[in-house]
Amino acid sequence: MSRRVVVTGLGVVSPNGMGVPAFLDAMRNGVSGIRHVPQYEALKFNCQVAGIPQFEWERLKNYVSEVVFHGLQGRAIAYGIMAAVDAWLDAGNSLGNDTAHWDTGCVFGSSVAEVETVRKIFNRVDAGEARKLGSRVVEQFMNSGITAYISGRLGLGNRIIANSAACATGTQAILMGYEYIQQGLAKRMLVGSSEHVDPYIFAAFDSMRILSRKFNQVPEKASRPMSQSAGGFVPGSGSGALILEDLEYALQRKAKIYAELLGGACNSGGQRNGGSMTAPAAPGVIKCITDALASARIDADSLDLISGHLTATAADTLEIQNWCLALDRNGRNFPLINSLKSMIGHSLSAAGSIESVGTVLQIHHQFVHPNINLEDPNPEILKLIDLSRMPAQMVETEINTVAKANFGFGDVNACLIFSKYNQHG
Amino acid sequence: MDRRAILEELKKVLEPYTENKELLRNIDENTDLVKDLKINSSNLVDVIIDAEAKYDIEIDFDSSEKMITVGSCIDVISQKINK
Repeated sequence: MSRRVVVTGLGVVSPNGMGVPAFLDAMRNGVSGIRHVPQYEALKFNCQVAGIPQFEWERLKNYVSEVVFHGLQGRAIAYGIMAAVDAWLDAGNSLGNDTAHWDTGCVFGSSVAEVETVRKIFNRVDAGEARKLGSRVVEQFMNSGITAYISGRLGLGNRIIANSAACATGTQAILMGYEYIQQGLAKRMLVGSSEHVDPYIFAAFDSMRILSRKFNQVPEKASRPMSQSAGGFVPGSGSGALILEDLEYALQRKAKIYAELLGGACNSGGQRNGGSMTAPAAPGVIKCITDALASARIDADSLDLISGHLTATAADTLEIQNWCLALDRNGRNFPLINSLKSMIGHSLSAAGSIESVGTVLQIHHQFVHPNINLEDPNPEILKLIDLSRMPAQMVETEINTVAKANFGFGDVNACLIFSKYNQHG
Repeated sequence: MDRRAILEELKKVLEPYTENKELLRNIDENTDLVKDLKINSSNLVDVIIDAEAKYDIEIDFDSSEKMITVGSCIDVISQKINK
């Protein structure tokens, strides 16, 4: 028997909106969350803008106990806790259970550890003050720090996994959770990812000369996917979380159903055939998309919308070419396509989960968010697809099936197929 | 500093590590840090680090192992202060 998997809860910490209602409103209205960072100007970075959530640290007190709050420093952990607890409550669950939820697990990823926290360790140790580190640093620099905090807060008792696959991390986490439910290993999975791009991580990308640098004085214009003037991506931070649930289980407890996750795929181009550490191989991307469609048992023709990876680099054109080949659709026949990164930048491992939350909301509320800053569409892209397929304004239209993909360093790919929930399947 | 004064100061050191504020206000020398105040045993390290900073003392491993109740904490702290 094939189990169906639905989305019953959402949580998000996004540069353009804290929490689902604010994020939904920002998506509809094309609100940018990109801001100028004076510190980055002082540090002489080429890119001096970033997507930073308007996160008040004190608000975390509503999410964790006072004892846990004291000594908590990691921002990616904080974002992750907030998104995860919001998603959990949004799904109609409560806090404060005495026994573990054996039927509920967690896959939550990140791409780098808490570098700022690690830096404090370096400083202390190098100053000969190792004995003053205290008990709270290990839990924050371990790669499973975020999942440890989340599963502890919610009392999750099934498998707890911290995954990492660069910019495909979030999408991969969602797929892993889906597969565990499909295999009957869990009834519910809390899935998502979190990222805090601190100055040290930011600098490493900046040095690669792949970040936006010509819009430092007009930050909201700096992230320009699919544009001729796209000159690099804008790093962002945040977290997205989803509650995935076995349909039967969700129906039994009369849960609200946002959308169905029909299937997905995750692979690698093997850094062959044009693929490398930093560039995705076309055959791998195309296979990932066609495998995802096969897993979801749908035709390419039924896709209404693509939520692209589309970071605003030269790779945008290649990505759209890959979609055209994988779907065998182009010109006016191409699905609608958008990039949330136009509003929030590229939050690395968190991109996949925040964009998936965005995808589910577009399905649930039947709209397509605008591609902001698409003032000068790249002519090379216009040779592949019609301008009408990349809306610069919000579109209210019937959205049944959406593909969400992300591609990461190491030539890793992940693609999910979400659809409107239909009780007849 | 007498034992009463150290106890009052100790309340401030313990404050971030216990949810039970009511009990903390009424602690006496017999109050057990882990059993009564429900302080996570791994956090005892942080209590010691904070106490060291507060009283400008150094609490060695052997002394820290004695710090189980409020009374034994006061024993160690007063001994170190008056060294």
